[in-house]
Amino acid sequence: MPQLELIDLRANYGDVAVLERVTFSVEKGEIISLIGPSGSGKSTLLRVLVGLLPPAAGTVRLDGQEVDYHSKAAVRQLRSRMAIVFQQFNLFQNMSVLANVTIAPVRVKGQPPAEAEGYARELLDRVGLGHKLDAYPDQLSGGQQQRVAIARALALKPEIVLLDEVTSALDPELVNEVLDVIRLLAADGMTIFFVSHEMAFVREVSSKVFFMDRGHVVESGTPAQIFDAPRQPRTREFVSKILRH
Amino acid sequence: MLQQIVEQAPKFFGYYNVLFLLQAFAATFLLSLVGCVLGFALGFVLAVTRRTADWRLAPLRILMNVFTEAFRRIPFLVTLMLVFFAFQALKLDVSMFAVALFSVCLIATAFITEIVRAGLDSVHRNQWDAAAAMNFSYLETLRYIVVPQAWKVMLPPAFSFFVLFIKDTALASQIGVVELTFAGKVLANKGFPAALTFGTILVLYFVLSWPLARFGRWMGARLAPTRTH
Amino acid sequence: MPAGAGGAGADHGASPHVNFVLDFGAIWPRVPYLFGGAWLSLQIAFLAFCGGMVIGLFGAMAKTYGGAWVRRPVDAYVSFFTNTPQLVQIYFIFFALPEWGILLSPYAAVLIGMTLNAGAYLTQVQLAGFASAHRAEIEAAETLGFTRMQSVRFVIFPHVMRTLFPPLSNLYILMTLGTSMAAVFGVEELTGRAFNINSETFRSVEVFLVAAVIYIVITFVATLLLAGVGRRFFRAQMKLL
Repeated sequence: MPQLELIDLRANYGDVAVLERVTFSVEKGEIISLIGPSGSGKSTLLRVLVGLLPPAAGTVRLDGQEVDYHSKAAVRQLRSRMAIVFQQFNLFQNMSVLANVTIAPVRVKGQPPAEAEGYARELLDRVGLGHKLDAYPDQLSGGQQQRVAIARALALKPEIVLLDEVTSALDPELVNEVLDVIRLLAADGMTIFFVSHEMAFVREVSSKVFFMDRGHVVESGTPAQIFDAPRQPRTREFVSKILRH
Repeated sequence: MLQQIVEQAPKFFGYYNVLFLLQAFAATFLLSLVGCVLGFALGFVLAVTRRTADWRLAPLRILMNVFTEAFRRIPFLVTLMLVFFAFQALKLDVSMFAVALFSVCLIATAFITEIVRAGLDSVHRNQWDAAAAMNFSYLETLRYIVVPQAWKVMLPPAFSFFVLFIKDTALASQIGVVELTFAGKVLANKGFPAALTFGTILVLYFVLSWPLARFGRWMGARLAPTRTH
Repeated sequence: MPAGAGGAGADHGASPHVNFVLDFGAIWPRVPYLFGGAWLSLQIAFLAFCGGMVIGLFGAMAKTYGGAWVRRPVDAYVSFFTNTPQLVQIYFIFFALPEWGILLSPYAAVLIGMTLNAGAYLTQVQLAGFASAHRAEIEAAETLGFTRMQSVRFVIFPHVMRTLFPPLSNLYILMTLGTSMAAVFGVEELTGRAFNINSETFRSVEVFLVAAVIYIVITFVATLLLAGVGRRFFRAQMKLL
């Protein structure tokens, strides 16, 4: 059974349709990357999945069970299984690194603070920031902040991690340290959805690539298929433009 | 003329007059301070309510919007008159100070709502989203995430407004509140040279306002946001 | 103290129940009169603004290019006028100057007071404008072959206005609201006329409500117009009152 299924998912911002008839399924452990031009709905898809934007129509199934995005309780439940990291401004500036990471499990899963702290230290060690537990976000570099944000997402022990352009706002030297962390996650068998412009990385790490344009999933396939042999004209156009560099 | 001022000065600065002036000075200060503190509290409530999306609160939000947009565009003297006559018509028997205080609160709330709103807006949307993705409620997000970051942005302009408002309280003299300007009028009517009287009043306002203004600037510099990344 | 307690219902204190009915009947015919007052308010604000701009220009130039002997007096002037109420400044001009032989009409006293007050704030605003005209831009303009005059006209002025137009517009609108205190001295601008109508009709709440609405309307219109001009001609970010 697929871990995640999207059937005919639609979403709107006011009158504008931002997601149109998105349908696909994802198996456990897959690394799915979403690529496409700005405004194609990639980030929107992630936001809908985690319950920040209610879908206008369609179905989402997690482990075979339909998610009712209109039920507050169901969305709360969902958030203990699916975690999201944004492009920037993830961390709560008024809290230390450790507090940032422990707050989610304590709040979402109701874990006892001591237990949450123990696991938080482990995670921060894994992302290479075990020495920065008491630092505040404004004392960290962009790359460090994003790594903490990923640790924070992992603190929930989610089944699926959503990464929304997590390196796009970083200075070039800081990108790799974050990509390294994502490689670790991938190696661990975590199901990951990520939106990125780092095409080499997308190619290296993804098991499947989805090309989106104007709210539709235009084409999907393995990285080799999408980058070397795109079938749809729109995909070809996009791929030729980005790979020209 | 100068000679007359010098002659009258000792009488002007006599015991009872000085006491009177100090009382008026305190009244001016209190009027602005209490008005602005209450205005901040109410302004905060208004700003927070205006940001809710709940459709059931829509009429309340509209009312609040109308209130803040209106009272920032009415001169303080007119607001004062409206409150004065409204209280009179509703047969509310309160002191002139209370009428003035009510008016100050009205205006302060209207302006400070905007200031609070700007402060809340200064916190990046992703912070709200990250909190939502962690199942924080609206009020919890405000309390634990947004306000701890936003207050630094809110406080300097709110304080500036307070310092600015000290000057507006001068208009309360028109309904007989015993504040500095009224004191000036009283003493001038008693026959003291106007230059001496109003000159002293101007100096007293300066003495009240300038140090506070300096403090406000210092605070603004201290609280200026550090670049994140 | 303001004249008359108006507008209450028929019984004065006979019953504990408040019986207040809004009756605008006496006000409607006088609305044109009020608008005439609004027009005067706008004029006073405009004249004071222009005068203040001139003072502000000299003040800002003095602070930017002058030696300490001009800077200190300008600082003192700005400091004094921004830390004291406009009302009391006008009281001083109107009541104290006659003691030195300078007799001014209420209108003149108000205008001079507002101009001096505006001048202080406008010095601060224009100072910010002067600071925002980067030397680099002036030099860049000159290397492109512009004369000094042309640099000012095509590069510096538009840039400075872009920064200055919003605070200037804001100040103008605040000044328009500030003309209301002229009523204290008997000047028949909008608030003054409202006072007049009040003493005639005793419809206090009604007349001040209408005056308030007129102030809201003229500030709204002024804000929209100025925002339009600012966006169109100076491409300024017009986040106004």
